[in-house]
Amino acid sequence: MHELSIAHSLVELALPVVERAGSPRVREVRIAVGVLGGVSVDSLLFCYDIAVRDTLLEGSRLVVREVPLIVHCATCARDVELPGPTQFRCTVCGTPSGDIRKGRELHIEAIEVDSLEDETATDGRADSLASGETAL
Amino acid sequence: MTTRILELRRDILNKNDETARALRARFRAADVLTLNLVSSPGTGKTAFLERTLSELVKRSVPVAALVGDLETDNDARRLAASGAPVRQINTHGRCHLEAEWVESHLEGWPLAGLAYLFVENVGNLVCPSSYDLGEAVRVVLLSVTEGEDKPLKYPGIFNSADLALITKWDLALPCEFDEAAARANIEAVRPGLPVIVTSAKTGFGMEEWLAFLEERRRLGPDFTSAAARPPEIAAAAM
Repeated sequence: MHELSIAHSLVELALPVVERAGSPRVREVRIAVGVLGGVSVDSLLFCYDIAVRDTLLEGSRLVVREVPLIVHCATCARDVELPGPTQFRCTVCGTPSGDIRKGRELHIEAIEVDSLEDETATDGRADSLASGETAL
Repeated sequence: MTTRILELRRDILNKNDETARALRARFRAADVLTLNLVSSPGTGKTAFLERTLSELVKRSVPVAALVGDLETDNDARRLAASGAPVRQINTHGRCHLEAEWVESHLEGWPLAGLAYLFVENVGNLVCPSSYDLGEAVRVVLLSVTEGEDKPLKYPGIFNSADLALITKWDLALPCEFDEAAARANIEAVRPGLPVIVTSAKTGFGMEEWLAFLEERRRLGPDFTSAAARPPEIAAAAM
């Protein structure tokens, strides 16, 4: 049960961003969790509500995008999606592959906030932050 | 009400990863090969490490260990009997070690001159897989008493490992342990993962294990081949 630790890390990461944006309310925090991300989504959702208590994130919704497991098959020379994490072999030709291209994610992707009323932001406009924060 | 999307693509465990990267750089600078030992509770990590430390101390190889447990310093005391410097990390309820605790427990400890630093993680096959401790080699242990299908049940941690050790080999017969099935299951979740069969009690496999350690040291300065590393760790090291 390390989901509470992860929820706290998530809050720690998101709070300064929300504070800087100066928004009155946070609607959603969007994250990506890979099959091998090592996280139980249900536990994380539960822990999130505890971790955000008495912070600017209280009342926001955690939205989880689950990322499937994708490995590169050297024989087929392409990426293939695996049905699960227990058989690391190409679903097309059967060649074993541990060359993981997607599925280890445990990323925060975006935060949706209410705009301040004097702002001219359009609905759903995406603001990219400083380059240091977009780099992964 | 209009809304704004603040985009930020960051690893949620960014803070741990940054500390782990700093640790990795420190280990590299001190020329010490650090290993993170992970397994479920009761696999025999401590017994295996006791034997390993004793063998290395006997050979005059400078070695040290950090050992993580929720409570008690029982394991540190057991390991210290080898003569190697050992420190206990008590997590007080946390189910895994984090890079920060490794860092704080290394304070005042001279790393330079050590050949190996072993970090025995908290017994848990789920949570430690997400936390990089700055190690060069992650070792997952599976005992013959646990059942051959553990790798299939906990693929994440086996997939993140650089070596699998099968432990308690002296009990293989009474447990009717099917070595071929265990190896096939390890191979299914992490193709190409090296496997060493060991017994801390009889010493079986210890030579092969010590040879693996020496071989890894010879790889320096990161003690790991790029091919053996998960892509994100390889990328972070560049």
